[in-house]
Amino acid sequence: MDKMPRWADIVLIPFINLLLALVVSGLVVLYIGESPWEAMKIMVRGSVGSPYGWGYTLFYATNFIFTGLGVAVAFHAKMFNIGGEGQAALGGLGVAMVCLLIPWPHWSIALLAAVIGAAAFGAAWAAIPAYLQAKRGSHIVITTIMFNFIASALLVYLLVNVFRVPGSMAPETARFAEAARLPNGYDIAPWLGFSRSTPLNVSFLLAIAACVFVWLLIWKTRLGYEIRAYGHSQTGAVYAGINPVRIIMISMLISGGLSGMMAINGVMGEAERLVIDPVQGAGFVGIAVALMGRSHPVGVFLAALLFGMLYQGGAELEFEMPAVSREMLLVIQALVILFTGALDNMVRMPVERLFLSLRKGS
Amino acid sequence: MDLAMLLQLLDSSVRLATPLLLACLAGLFSERAGIFDIGLEGKILVSAFFSAAVAAFTGSVWIGLLAGIGSSIVFALLHGLASITFRGNQLISGVAINFLASGMTVVLGDSWFQIGGRTPQLEGHARFQNLTLPFAEQVRDVPVLGAIYHDLLSGHSILVYVGFLLVPLTWWVLFRTRFGLRLRAVGENPAAVDTAGISVVRMRYTAVIICGVLCGIAGAYLATGLSAGFVREMSAGRGFIALAALIFSKWRPWYALMACFLFGLLDATGSLFQNIHVAGISVPVQFMQALPYILTVVILAGFVGKAIPPRAGGEPYVKER
Repeated sequence: MDKMPRWADIVLIPFINLLLALVVSGLVVLYIGESPWEAMKIMVRGSVGSPYGWGYTLFYATNFIFTGLGVAVAFHAKMFNIGGEGQAALGGLGVAMVCLLIPWPHWSIALLAAVIGAAAFGAAWAAIPAYLQAKRGSHIVITTIMFNFIASALLVYLLVNVFRVPGSMAPETARFAEAARLPNGYDIAPWLGFSRSTPLNVSFLLAIAACVFVWLLIWKTRLGYEIRAYGHSQTGAVYAGINPVRIIMISMLISGGLSGMMAINGVMGEAERLVIDPVQGAGFVGIAVALMGRSHPVGVFLAALLFGMLYQGGAELEFEMPAVSREMLLVIQALVILFTGALDNMVRMPVERLFLSLRKGS
Repeated sequence: MDLAMLLQLLDSSVRLATPLLLACLAGLFSERAGIFDIGLEGKILVSAFFSAAVAAFTGSVWIGLLAGIGSSIVFALLHGLASITFRGNQLISGVAINFLASGMTVVLGDSWFQIGGRTPQLEGHARFQNLTLPFAEQVRDVPVLGAIYHDLLSGHSILVYVGFLLVPLTWWVLFRTRFGLRLRAVGENPAAVDTAGISVVRMRYTAVIICGVLCGIAGAYLATGLSAGFVREMSAGRGFIALAALIFSKWRPWYALMACFLFGLLDATGSLFQNIHVAGISVPVQFMQALPYILTVVILAGFVGKAIPPRAGGEPYVKER
């Protein structure tokens, strides 16, 4: 018998964790000398109070869905992929090469090609750490961290020496062709009130499709079953005839591919060129999102939405409350990771005891 | 390359290797006791901030150093709380600590000094001054040896000497004392240590606190020795390079010294010479920056001697199963 009902595990505990993180963040705001309540109101209003805010919130959420799903798929196989940042940066490279090298006649074909480019480059960047983990037992956390740094150096080198527009000082690629421009929220649904320059674009729908894909993969296919079995008990899975090398490789390739696809949103959908640091920490937010979402696509979607609100609300907060700097976001993000990930047992143990004593009482 | 230039290169390697070395030894204590620590970076950063901020307020670099060490210990204890007491995932805890440090330092710095998350420029006693070793001026003109003594060995801040002296000390503590034996045992086989009647929890907390102290010194050196004040994200990945050095050295103090010096040398070479030509091919500066990470992956891959971490590393110890 379970120690507590399922709803407590998937709703109550993440909620308490989140609440603790917000309370501690509120204390920091209070210490700086601003009202946490006011700050909260500004953030909510700034993120979901207007079509303008929604545009940015959903744009950020799109990034976090992709990186969150990437981390989540790896989590199912008990792999901790910290390399989302580097995989997404390489995904950006893939998108840029696809968009610059071939003159696409229509955005839909370009998008299809960009999906392949981004996923292939992201997956390729995850492939080496995955191979080293599967074949040589090198710790995947350490290798993926190292690959983040290598990716960032590689990208700087390529942007400065290879892709830079001749005559321009800025380390960025040329602008992509107009035909490859993805329709944004205004083009698709002008009646929702998005402004013409909203960053929200068709990649958001792609992100939702990715959620469905991951759900089908993990819970409705044989491969997904094998991934979960391997994550649950490696020896048990091997005994059942599941090949660990294959599971590690496939789950990490999918994870890297999903992280890489994040770049479609930022590089192709918004900037329309590859700039230095196209990921902007979204790879790391993916860790928080996957932890909060309990590695389930629905949870990841909701957590990504929450972090989208935090990012957009944080930008508004910096504007309206100059005493609170934008880095407050990092503090909140850190606290969410800390409470939902590392200090999970701090909440879980008392809650479990509570439910056990309730059950005894009845 | 003449002698003066070589000495200049080595001198700057020593300076750049020192924070790596301190952080690497910090990680050594923690990981030898079975607590993985990818939060070295965050602890360096938070200590850099608090040491510079407190030194700016009080005008004394020593009080700054204490504040830096204190803040780093608080973060280390947070890591201990998550990974020892609540048996959480040590890697996730480390990630959280890194973010907490990079957010907190700027938020507080902005609120305290209002100059974009920096601290004011430190001067005089608010900084670690360079020491001149005895007779450095007198022997300066002795060919070669005098120059080495004056230009390379003398003229560093005291924390550099502390860092280098910590290497034999760490070796002695870990491999020649009872405490060191227990610490290593806790990282290899905690159940055996527990059976011997020694508290695993206390040993691990001790290791984590030592880790905090050393990271604190590393951060303080960065902000008040190497530079004159804190700037945002000033740790700039050094915690991760230290982690790389730790793996590179296979968790051994003397090898840690060599690995850190090698990575310091790479860093110094990259900043002294913008373009390096090896056999007619120009090596991009980004390659030099990425080299420590590439080397670590190669080492981890086990093609050049296998790096095997402490056996119980990363696993919370549960007394009763």
